[in-house]
Amino acid sequence: MTISKTQRKQTDVNRRQFLGTVFKTAAGVGLMGMGLGLYAKQSSKLPPQAIRPPGALPEDEFLGACIRCGLCVRDCPYEILKLGQLGDQVPTGTPYFTARTGPCEMCEDIPCIPNCPTNALDHALKDINKARMGLAVLIDHETCIAYLGLRCEVCFNICPIRGKAITLEYHHNKRSGKHALFLPIVHSDACTGCGLCEKACILEEAAIKVFPIHLAKGELGHHYRVGWKEKEKAGRSLVTPDIKHRYNLPEGVRYDLQGEGLIIEPKGGQEELPMSSNPLDTLNKGLENK
Amino acid sequence: MKLTRRDFIKTQAAVTAASVAGVTLPASKVLADEKWDAGIRWDKAACRYCGTGCSVLIGTRDGKVVASQGDPDAPVNKGLNCIKGYFLPKILYGKDRLTKPLLRKKNGKFDKNGKFEEVSWDEAFDVMAEKWKAALKAKGPTAVGMFGSGQWTVWEGYAASKLMKAGFRSNNLDPNARHCMASAVGAFIRGFGIDEPMGCYDDLEKADVFVLWGSNMAEMHPILWSRLTDTRLTKPGCEVHVLSTYKHRCFELADNGMVFKPQTDLAILNYIANYIIQNKAYNKAFIDKHVQFNKTPTDIGYGLRPEDPREKAAKNRAKGKLTKISFEEYAKSVEPYTLEKASELSGVPKDKLLKLAKAYADPKKKVSSYWTMGFNQHTRGVWVNGLCYNVHLLMGKISEPGNGPFSLTGQPSACGTAREVGTFAHRLPADLVVKKEAHRKIAEKIWKLPEGTINPKPGYHAVLMNRMLKDGKMNCYWQQCNNNMQAAANLNNETYPGWRNPDNFVAVTDPYPTVSAMAADLILPTAMWIEKEGAYGNAERRTQFWRQQVKAPGEAKSDLWQTMEFAKRFKMEEVWPPELLDKKPEYKGKTMYEVLFENGQVNKYPKQKVTDSEGNEYMNDEMEHFGFYVQKGLFEEYASFGRGHGHDLAPFDMYHKARGLRWPVVDGKETLWRFREGYDPYVAKNNPEGAKGDVFFYGNKKKNGGRANIITAPYEPPAESPDKEYDLWLCTGRILEHWHSGSMTRRVPELYRAVPNAVVFMNKKDARKRKLRNGQMAKIQSRRGEILCRVETRGRNRPPEGLVFIPWFDAGRLVNKLTLDATDPLSKETDYKKCAVKISRA
Repeated sequence: MTISKTQRKQTDVNRRQFLGTVFKTAAGVGLMGMGLGLYAKQSSKLPPQAIRPPGALPEDEFLGACIRCGLCVRDCPYEILKLGQLGDQVPTGTPYFTARTGPCEMCEDIPCIPNCPTNALDHALKDINKARMGLAVLIDHETCIAYLGLRCEVCFNICPIRGKAITLEYHHNKRSGKHALFLPIVHSDACTGCGLCEKACILEEAAIKVFPIHLAKGELGHHYRVGWKEKEKAGRSLVTPDIKHRYNLPEGVRYDLQGEGLIIEPKGGQEELPMSSNPLDTLNKGLENK
Repeated sequence: MKLTRRDFIKTQAAVTAASVAGVTLPASKVLADEKWDAGIRWDKAACRYCGTGCSVLIGTRDGKVVASQGDPDAPVNKGLNCIKGYFLPKILYGKDRLTKPLLRKKNGKFDKNGKFEEVSWDEAFDVMAEKWKAALKAKGPTAVGMFGSGQWTVWEGYAASKLMKAGFRSNNLDPNARHCMASAVGAFIRGFGIDEPMGCYDDLEKADVFVLWGSNMAEMHPILWSRLTDTRLTKPGCEVHVLSTYKHRCFELADNGMVFKPQTDLAILNYIANYIIQNKAYNKAFIDKHVQFNKTPTDIGYGLRPEDPREKAAKNRAKGKLTKISFEEYAKSVEPYTLEKASELSGVPKDKLLKLAKAYADPKKKVSSYWTMGFNQHTRGVWVNGLCYNVHLLMGKISEPGNGPFSLTGQPSACGTAREVGTFAHRLPADLVVKKEAHRKIAEKIWKLPEGTINPKPGYHAVLMNRMLKDGKMNCYWQQCNNNMQAAANLNNETYPGWRNPDNFVAVTDPYPTVSAMAADLILPTAMWIEKEGAYGNAERRTQFWRQQVKAPGEAKSDLWQTMEFAKRFKMEEVWPPELLDKKPEYKGKTMYEVLFENGQVNKYPKQKVTDSEGNEYMNDEMEHFGFYVQKGLFEEYASFGRGHGHDLAPFDMYHKARGLRWPVVDGKETLWRFREGYDPYVAKNNPEGAKGDVFFYGNKKKNGGRANIITAPYEPPAESPDKEYDLWLCTGRILEHWHSGSMTRRVPELYRAVPNAVVFMNKKDARKRKLRNGQMAKIQSRRGEILCRVETRGRNRPPEGLVFIPWFDAGRLVNKLTLDATDPLSKETDYKKCAVKISRA
């Protein structure tokens, strides 16, 4: 009885202990799971200044494919690639680079890719100019000195896809009244996101920065097409070609419909003479009008 | 593991896709886009919104508009759009489109106080026709009226004009362009004897100096503004002068921005004329040959109801007959407007006024003046338009590239439909007027009507229609293609009581449940824009066509279909007196539809396939229904009014091919600048003795031998100015994101999100005085009503102290409860820019 009582008591205690332990364990695991989940979620979000190596698959797919082997980091001749460390915002063990401190030098043979065992860095990428690591964005027009009218153009000059990824647009400088502004414009169809421009920007904090494409690009409404691009693509007007327009115009004046509009030809010396080119006009005028 | 594997497979697929497409990333999106584009049919159309007249390409697939783009071949916009044009297709697909006729009913019968119920087209027209017949019988043709639109297609306006003026013999037809363009029209006719600008948009590249008078082109004509801006950026010496009663976005570009006290534009223009004369800068040779000086009666009232004390006090109420004066008399009339006086009246610093006057007076500078509602919505609108012409005429800066006054239109076809077709209460097509017997005879001949059909008395204009509805003198009213319940001033005291007057029956043709539809007795659902074949005429005399791209939803039918079908409901005996019908006995027993539209002209072109150059086939619901090419027949009959008379339009089919043509189109050639030999073939025709390149104002040939009229007019105060109690000016207008009453743009989610509600733009100091801060709700009251609005002190419009600005697009806060129904007594256009309000915390 005593034993049984003790046993029972023990059992009771044990049961209580058991239930308590189960609850605590469950709670503990749950909390840890939550922590892990948050960590995993957080770490799967790449911070905007971390750029993946050339040929990296879209981020979700890249994270699934990358086995964190570090071969690409080993193969980078400029040693710009790093692996995410525990505590970094970048998922642990995955490769990235930071444009401002170490941009991709765009090796022609792309040595970081061939040894990738899982195709997380796409082996199909053979031309580094077709890489799309990110996209440069002129993010601050207020500090970019080109917008102030100073002759800088460092980003334009250093860009490896010269004259295509960054071009200069000339605008009139209203302030000075006699100079031009040389404004850098990034073109997403050519920019690889290498980050050389960001590294080169002469400001304390770069005005041009490379971001992952999904952060850098807007998206045109799906219904909308850019008219002149569609025309270029088709090689002709999409609808009824316009008719040949004709206008009522005085002599020496032309109208260029798709060009500059009304063109008044500069008068040649001959036209400045008071008489008509047709002698009959003069003859038939009669003397009384003289 | 499972996830990784799936990811791996997905990755492989993506990679394959990417390499096939020859692109690295993002391959999936590219593929989706290409698939999306497959099978889209592209065709051109004029933009649905403003008078700029941009052209767009419409992408249709499976009977739905799925894509759009700016038309790169269009000379006006070269592939560009404003933010409204960017979202054009979405206006067709608002979730609350009306698809069935709706009639107020109680116990299965029409009841003015009933609730809207769906009815068939037959029932809708039966009830409507019964009401119209009763009104005609009781009070005659003046008891019915129609309110149309500068957004009507050309043939919709033309069919309505025939229905009202020939069929019902009522001149009670007016377009909403009365609220928009009437002052410009009045001044064109008084000054030049012919309507519409002499120049064209090419002036935007050719001028050295731009002057904006009461026009916020930066927001209201965005694509034209980008042309003007580019000229300012690229042309050496180019100057931009902007005048307004508050700072708006055009001031960002302005070299000389001037905020003047409301109504003092009259004084500023007279000062400029005075400056030109005092400095002997005027072009004497031009004046001697091409100008006649006149004066106009003054103290003409404010177009209010006759019992209003301001009307009783007016000496020459609504008078406008011109009296010829000499140059010296004219010079004397503007002499009081010295720089000091102009500056004192207007509040504009002297140096700014002087700079402006010098720009006009410099013979070497080409000056283009632009204006919109600041000039037109003005109790002295015709005067102020004319004062601007005076300045241009004194200098001879007119009718040549870069030199000219240009009135911009707010609606896509204010020119093409309202003005050229002549859907005003006093007009007929091609600048003919009902008052003149010779003009009526021309119309009667073309329309195959017996002599005396057309009523010689002008009908009720837009504002008068509301008054007549309220007074029960006009009992049937049909509004098409606009939203007058949100537009017409003094809603609480005039419009609403008029529409809800138990004696009246109001039908509204609309695609959406607008404020007007809410106040109507019968709502007729309509086909919009490219749901029908259409034509618009923009501000530079450019006529543009489009084909029907898609079918209207449900039972919605175009305004044209509705007008013509309604005509079938009337026998000629019901609308014409026997003595008139006796003159054309063959019309006895016929319906109005047969007489107006099966006259051998309108139904001349048989049913045909509508195709483009690619062989794509388009529907044409009206042709299908009526059995002939309705649009072509109406257009060709209409065009016969103007051909050979300075309003020549090209053949119908040419417009389906061309990116718009600027009339007069003579022998297939467009006219860019009118009234100058070489540019305008009508000059040599009317003035064969004239010199090469010389000007001849042939619109005035019969009146004064082809001279333009300089008409002197003084400064006179506005109808209502702020006082102790109502201490602020209220100015109304538009913003970039929304067009007019917002019935279309507010149904585009992105535009709605961008600017969901109207705010009251006010000066920070004015707000502080009333203990209001940015974002707070304020109560705005006038003598006529009140509304609630949030305060905006940091916005795009920066009013000076003493003035507030509220846009009118917002159906949720009807600013026309506040506005005063004072009009220009000559043009009958409402002044929406000036009335007195007070503001307090809500």
